Amino acid sequence: MTTLFTADGLTKAYPGVVANDDVSFSVGPGEIHALLGENGAGKSTLVKTIFGLVKPDRGAMTLHGAPFAPADPSAARRAGVAMVFQHFSLFDALSVAENVGLGMENPPPLGRLARRITEVSREYGLPLDPSRRVGDLSAGERQRVEIVRCLLQDPKLLIMDEPTSVLTPQEVEILFRTLNQLSDEGTAILYISHKLDEIRTLCERATILRRGAVVATCRPSEASSAELAELMVGSALSRPERPAETPGGTILEVTGLTLPPASAFGTRLQDVSFTVGAGEILGIGGVAGNGQDELLAALSGEMPSAEGAIRLEGADIGRTGPRERRALGLLTGPEERLGHAAAPDMSLTENATLTGWQREELTRNGLIRWGRARDFAERIIAEFDVRTPGPDAAARALSGGNLQKFVIGREILQRPRVLVVNQPTWGVDAAAAAAIRQALLDLAREGSAVVVVSQDLDEILEVAGRFAALNGGRLSEPVPADGLTMERIGLMLGGAHDMEAAHAGAPHA
Amino acid sequence: MITLEKRPSPSRAWAWATPVLAVLLTMIAGGLMFALLGKDPVDAIRTIFWAPLFDPQFASYSRPQLLVKAGPLILIAVGLAMGFRAGIWNIGAEGQYIIGALFGAGVALAAYPSGSPLIFPTMIVAGALGGFLWAMIPALLRVFFNTNEILVSLLLVYVAEQFLAAMALGPMKNPEGGGFPGSRNLQQYDAASNLELLQGTGLHWGVVAAIVAVIFGHVMLTRHLMGFHIRLAGQAPRAARFGGVNPGRLVIFCLGLSGALAGLAGMFEVSGPAGQVSIDFNSGYGFTAIIVAFLGRLHPVGILLAGLLMALTYIGGELAQFMLGIPAAAIQAFQGMLLFFLLGVDVLTNFRIRIGARGTA
Amino acid sequence: MDLSSINWLLLIAALMVGATPILLAAIGELVVERSGVLNLGVEGMMITGAICGFAVAVKTGSPALGFLGGALGGAVLSLVFGLLTQVFLSNQVATGLALTLFGLGLSALMGQSYVGIRPPATPKLDLGPLSDIPVLGPILFRHDPMIYISILIVALVWAVLFRTRAGLILRATGESAEAAHALGYRVIRIRLLAIACGGALAGLGGAYLSLVRVPQWTEGMTAGAGWIALALVVFASWRPWRVLIGAYLFGGLTVLQLNLQAAGMKMPVEYLSMSPYIITILVLVLISSGRGRISTSAPAALGRTFHAST
Repeated sequence: MTTLFTADGLTKAYPGVVANDDVSFSVGPGEIHALLGENGAGKSTLVKTIFGLVKPDRGAMTLHGAPFAPADPSAARRAGVAMVFQHFSLFDALSVAENVGLGMENPPPLGRLARRITEVSREYGLPLDPSRRVGDLSAGERQRVEIVRCLLQDPKLLIMDEPTSVLTPQEVEILFRTLNQLSDEGTAILYISHKLDEIRTLCERATILRRGAVVATCRPSEASSAELAELMVGSALSRPERPAETPGGTILEVTGLTLPPASAFGTRLQDVSFTVGAGEILGIGGVAGNGQDELLAALSGEMPSAEGAIRLEGADIGRTGPRERRALGLLTGPEERLGHAAAPDMSLTENATLTGWQREELTRNGLIRWGRARDFAERIIAEFDVRTPGPDAAARALSGGNLQKFVIGREILQRPRVLVVNQPTWGVDAAAAAAIRQALLDLAREGSAVVVVSQDLDEILEVAGRFAALNGGRLSEPVPADGLTMERIGLMLGGAHDMEAAHAGAPHA
Repeated sequence: MITLEKRPSPSRAWAWATPVLAVLLTMIAGGLMFALLGKDPVDAIRTIFWAPLFDPQFASYSRPQLLVKAGPLILIAVGLAMGFRAGIWNIGAEGQYIIGALFGAGVALAAYPSGSPLIFPTMIVAGALGGFLWAMIPALLRVFFNTNEILVSLLLVYVAEQFLAAMALGPMKNPEGGGFPGSRNLQQYDAASNLELLQGTGLHWGVVAAIVAVIFGHVMLTRHLMGFHIRLAGQAPRAARFGGVNPGRLVIFCLGLSGALAGLAGMFEVSGPAGQVSIDFNSGYGFTAIIVAFLGRLHPVGILLAGLLMALTYIGGELAQFMLGIPAAAIQAFQGMLLFFLLGVDVLTNFRIRIGARGTA
Repeated sequence: MDLSSINWLLLIAALMVGATPILLAAIGELVVERSGVLNLGVEGMMITGAICGFAVAVKTGSPALGFLGGALGGAVLSLVFGLLTQVFLSNQVATGLALTLFGLGLSALMGQSYVGIRPPATPKLDLGPLSDIPVLGPILFRHDPMIYISILIVALVWAVLFRTRAGLILRATGESAEAAHALGYRVIRIRLLAIACGGALAGLGGAYLSLVRVPQWTEGMTAGAGWIALALVVFASWRPWRVLIGAYLFGGLTVLQLNLQAAGMKMPVEYLSMSPYIITILVLVLISSGRGRISTSAPAALGRTFHAST
């Protein structure tokens, strides 16, 4: 087999952490090659090196047999490397065509570019209107913009960073068809993910990273998910057990909740209704940007809603703010850890005070009792195994998993009547994710009502007793989670929007 | 290649060291500026920073001036710092200072020539109220119409200046002043004058108020929930909302507090050191206080020190003008430079500077 | 008051002269803000431009060189802001304020020996028969070249921002510095260029003030024009042609106010003098109260510090 790309001994260190440690692997032409690893294993640094955004401390790369050391992304693009980012590199206020043009080396004039976008997107089953504003697109459509931008440049190596985290199961299928089509045409794909099933169905070879180093190279189709997981994590993980739920009386009741979008490109919540009982976990699934932020803001009290729209144990709390709701026992954990759930530059003690001062009685006559606050922070650190030098460390100094354990633990220790969390394990390593899910299950077992909003359907099926889908700001009727298939969930999430039909008519499909 | 690397936590040592470093750098750059003006730089720096305090010829006059100048600067800066920490930018303290002075003087002039002991306390309340009300204009516009408070508060300075001129030439003009613009001299009106409390120290009620403000500000910022919420709102506005901070209320609190303190400063000035309402009564304290607030790292105790230092540059500057013929404008540029250096070296608090051949993106 | 004493033709002609300084400063700030940077130091750059332009024009006797000097002075000062905010990552609001405070001091210092001097006159452009057209002639065609240049600059800024790739990249940087960086654009270099351009235009506006509008040098002569220019950018929702409209409306008000003073309106001069500032505030309120309008038209990354972490 010929090789298209090789990496040889790539090493990159940041203060306190070696992101890549002597990483070597190769990719053949037309090969779909997986880069598998946990969050923080060094995948992002590695692909940024290949794309010219990071310079390695040591090591070398080749492309087409020639030395390859791109000085910047533009050099990488000229050499035939394209990248679809995990956090989109898109500009909300600009049109699709303008966005595509910005990512190309020598874009044609806007009119011609728009026609090419329409052509290419049809050919690969990813229809796009070049004149629309990117801010108005769904997450799936935004990803199409990124992919089409890459395809227009005829890449030899296409890097895809966690592309399926924003897609419905049906959209994932269509994406895979597109990727296989590209592979048939000779484009190599470096596919980054931590989802094992996907990699087993899609990829020919996999390079597995753990703590910055390559631990194995294998054929994923010949390995079981459990084997891959063990290679990736370094130890066998036990899944938390979901006990049979015996829901008590209704605690949280949402009726006909309608809210305007939280931001210029947000989603309007329309007539959302559900109830959660004591001891129950309700899972709300959906692709990001379908109203999750708005729902969370409505429940936390950051956005006031109509009178009677939200009731907590019978009391109308629709118009109250976060303080009143916290006092009554409705606690929340937003998706964004840094900047929303926690203040990045403040210490853990201060961040514990952020939401804990009422229920933990951390103030007296308006004066903060810092000693008590510190004790509270230390309790969270101890009970939720938060790895940190101590409560004086700044929140941003913690890894994603540890900070997430801290902010979830902060709410759980306040003995909530209802806990609402959004993406509780997003970007968190497997061990921390398992601990967080276990903590949510334990909380429900003790009689609290829990709402888990997540894009990760596996996670929802793991913890939730009932499932509802949030799609375009509307919430489906909750159904029991037992016996739900991925396909059924996919349809509840709105299927594949307009993609399927287009693909059926595409020449290579 | 020099690169910046974000520190995991802000450096405490640099937080204290950067203001000192900034002052030193300003002395060097200022010295260069004075050299360009054809003055002996060492002599100039010595005249500004040393002579007012220790020169036998001038110290007896200059030392009391230190408190006189520092008082209003500290009083205003403590209020501004609260807002700046919360990300609420009141840069119109100069206007609130003027209106506070007009309110205070208005009470005195209306009561003239009564000798009631209630007059001075009423003036204090009126001064604070005047500054507060003037600051409420940008505050309410921000809360109800989402209008940028930076621009509104600043533009209101020009309005206040015109209003001051109208008052000095019109309703508040001294009827016995022989047609000269300006009000009665409040220093000669015992019931309304803000006297020096201890002979030869420059200590007047405004200085007392500044010290009280520093203490209250310090307690509020470090111990009180309000201070915590102010810091939170400035560092992470979304986290503040999540924590239950009402942004509108915070805007009103911060602008109202800084306006009231600036108004107080203006009232103490007009009834004390300045003595009367005149067209050019305001002398830029409201703007210099912005520098003081930053130089003090938005921290009340730091502001106390920064206010004294900045007062020193005022007095030393006057001395340098008188002794060495250094123009007053040079001192203004000097103070601006200080703020530049401070903002520049502040990077050391949050970032580590790496010098080396390490490649970067 | 005698309104008939106001020559309305001259008033409209004077409007263009009155509007040009803030027009230049505002269009420059628009470029800066479109790149995602908020420079509150417009006032400081304008006044520095005013004295630099004045000094160069007096020394060389050439108003053209004076304008160049003003632009250069503004640009150099703006790069101090650029260095601090882009390289040393200082807070943009605080640094902009520092720039204004420093610029006021520096200009007063530089202007010591220029008080009370008259600058060389800037000649009117000879447009031949055009300027003899009744009514339109005196209004439109009897001006100095800078008036026409300033309108050309507006057109140029519009064309570059919305019709060229460079403009697209600039706007993209103002929308999301992180995304622009990820695509390989040099965010800091782009922003420094925008800042220098904004500084040059503010300086040019200041020079116009001291060389044509007033024309002489006095300390603090900008008297808030820089702040009004900042307000004008908001008023224009970051669109070049609306800056032109806004500046001319505002210039009209200022000139009218001066004429009313001259016509002896029965009102203390001070109240008329505060009217431009009050009107600016009222306009800001009107513009910002339209729900969500500002938030959608303002560049998304405006005022945010950018540091590439990789």
